Amino acid sequence: MPSFRSLIVQQAATLPLETGAAPDPRPGLRRGGGSGATGDAIFAIACRAAGVLVLVLLGAIILELFWGGLQAFRAFGAGFVTGTDWDPVQEVFGAGVSVYGTVVTAVLALLMAVPLAFGVAFYLTELAPPWLRGPVGTAVELLAAVPSIIFGMWGFFLIVPFMSQYVQPFAIDTLGELPLIGALFAGPPFGTGILTAALILAIMVLPFIAATMRDVFNTVPPVYKESAYGLGCTQWEVVRNVVLPYTRISVVGGIMLGLGRALGETMAVTFVIGNANRISTSLFGPGNTIASLIALEFGESQMGSLKLSALLGLGFILFVISFIVLAASRFLLRPRLKG
Amino acid sequence: MSASNPTLEVASGSGPAKDMRVAEALGRRRRRVAKAVKYACYGATGLGLLLLFSILATLFWNGFSALSLGVFTRVTAPPGSEGGLLNAIVGSLIQTVIGTVIGTPIGLLVGTYLAEYSKSSPLANAVRFVSDILLSAPSILIGLFVYQILVVPFGGFSGWAGSVALAIIVIPIVVRTTEDMLRLLPDTLREAVIGLGAPKWKMVTMVCWRAAASGIVTGVLLAVARVAGETAPLLFTSLGNLNWSLSLSGPMSSLPLTIYAYAGSPYPDWIALAWAGALIITLGVLGLNIVARSLLRRK
Repeated sequence: MPSFRSLIVQQAATLPLETGAAPDPRPGLRRGGGSGATGDAIFAIACRAAGVLVLVLLGAIILELFWGGLQAFRAFGAGFVTGTDWDPVQEVFGAGVSVYGTVVTAVLALLMAVPLAFGVAFYLTELAPPWLRGPVGTAVELLAAVPSIIFGMWGFFLIVPFMSQYVQPFAIDTLGELPLIGALFAGPPFGTGILTAALILAIMVLPFIAATMRDVFNTVPPVYKESAYGLGCTQWEVVRNVVLPYTRISVVGGIMLGLGRALGETMAVTFVIGNANRISTSLFGPGNTIASLIALEFGESQMGSLKLSALLGLGFILFVISFIVLAASRFLLRPRLKG
Repeated sequence: MSASNPTLEVASGSGPAKDMRVAEALGRRRRRVAKAVKYACYGATGLGLLLLFSILATLFWNGFSALSLGVFTRVTAPPGSEGGLLNAIVGSLIQTVIGTVIGTPIGLLVGTYLAEYSKSSPLANAVRFVSDILLSAPSILIGLFVYQILVVPFGGFSGWAGSVALAIIVIPIVVRTTEDMLRLLPDTLREAVIGLGAPKWKMVTMVCWRAAASGIVTGVLLAVARVAGETAPLLFTSLGNLNWSLSLSGPMSSLPLTIYAYAGSPYPDWIALAWAGALIITLGVLGLNIVARSLLRRK
């Protein structure tokens, strides 16, 4: 104690002397050379310019897609969004079918992926022994890192035959006979189609949603959970009554993030969707999403043609949809994950 | 715990004993529900791991037999003749490297701006928001955008266009990790450097970047891994090329595009090559991910 006190006294004694000797706290910097100040200004401007560049990039993407689609918007008006015809021969283009395919596959994918993702997140935060959490969590994240074209190939050569040989014939014979929902499971069992695409999408977004949910669940203060356990709650009751209410908004944000990913996924869907420009009532029927339609038909369209413009217009619609979903997701997730 | 107590059963119908039985029944039900949910979660996790395993097993099963030295030394060839993937692999490497080289400095500067210069100004919030949107934006639209700005005006598909499309995907990944890593540094470090009289740009480049180096490198590696497997943004930019070409101003081959073209073809030898390519790219991407993660954990 005495030594500490004497230190303070010493400092107090020397402090006025020093400041008296040097009124400018950084004399060398201010007077000599000025390289620090110039360097600072240049570096700060470079950083800010890079930031502005990112803003410009997004603006340019939106503008270019809109600009590219203008010819189609002009030709078809509002009917471009709602029209269900896609006929390159007659030069009639409508986005209806692919918008329908995009939304239906993405929503079906979420219906399958969300319960599974919740299970994985619950396992990783409450059930798994601590030594297993790291490896299993990494494995789930690695699943997210697999390139989408690999999912496409895997789906095309493995899931499609599996669907056409086992799942679809079975579903057509049983569920397809039911009065009301039968139409959903009708049609020939090709293996490809809306349901298969949704299945592949579900597998692809599962790790994203699961990892987000796990991170969100981990933000619950341990005291809350411990109190609930202390009252005799089971693990499920703790998650249902403490963790989920606490993280509800962020969980929805995580699901929206998955939705955003599912909407724009291209390669995997292109392999298995079946590529047909009509709306079919059956889940086994072929369809198209915006992304798969662009990927499949872009190569066959001439520069400057109406078809190319229609495809760019489709891109603009997809961008608007995913922008809204991703913005909502970020708005919901931010308070929890970003301090 | 759930076994009923015989002495209590005598007093059936009366207050405390009945309460006890009700409580026990409730407890049994709660535990049953908890157990059911628990096993369902085990199942979900097991299914997730099974899917990863299934993908890897399929790739090894189909790709390993097709993998030979020729895959790495021969150029893509018409079906029936002996072909490899050399031009696709080289094209992928070139475009990935150029994309990373263009995207990384921009991403690094943006991340630095967000963490060191402007934490919560309106501009910084807008940049952060837009960067997050770009991080998850459909990659095919980035391909369309680059088609509009680089392919149409310059009159053709090119490796440069493909590289720029990949660079646009690299930027937000690097931004995110750079900002996160710089934010982890304690402010005392910055104060110490400024206290020594160093200008801020020296503080950032010589102290903050170095202290956060492993994290930033992790971000770059993750970006490379993501970009190396991207197909959609290359479809309308570098287009793909079945001949040997190192010219960045012409159409350029890449591994994902070749896999896409070959997997959908009716020729068995092309499909086998597609599997080999898929195995190569998946091992590369997952390997990079594991390296990046271990780099971060070692810190």
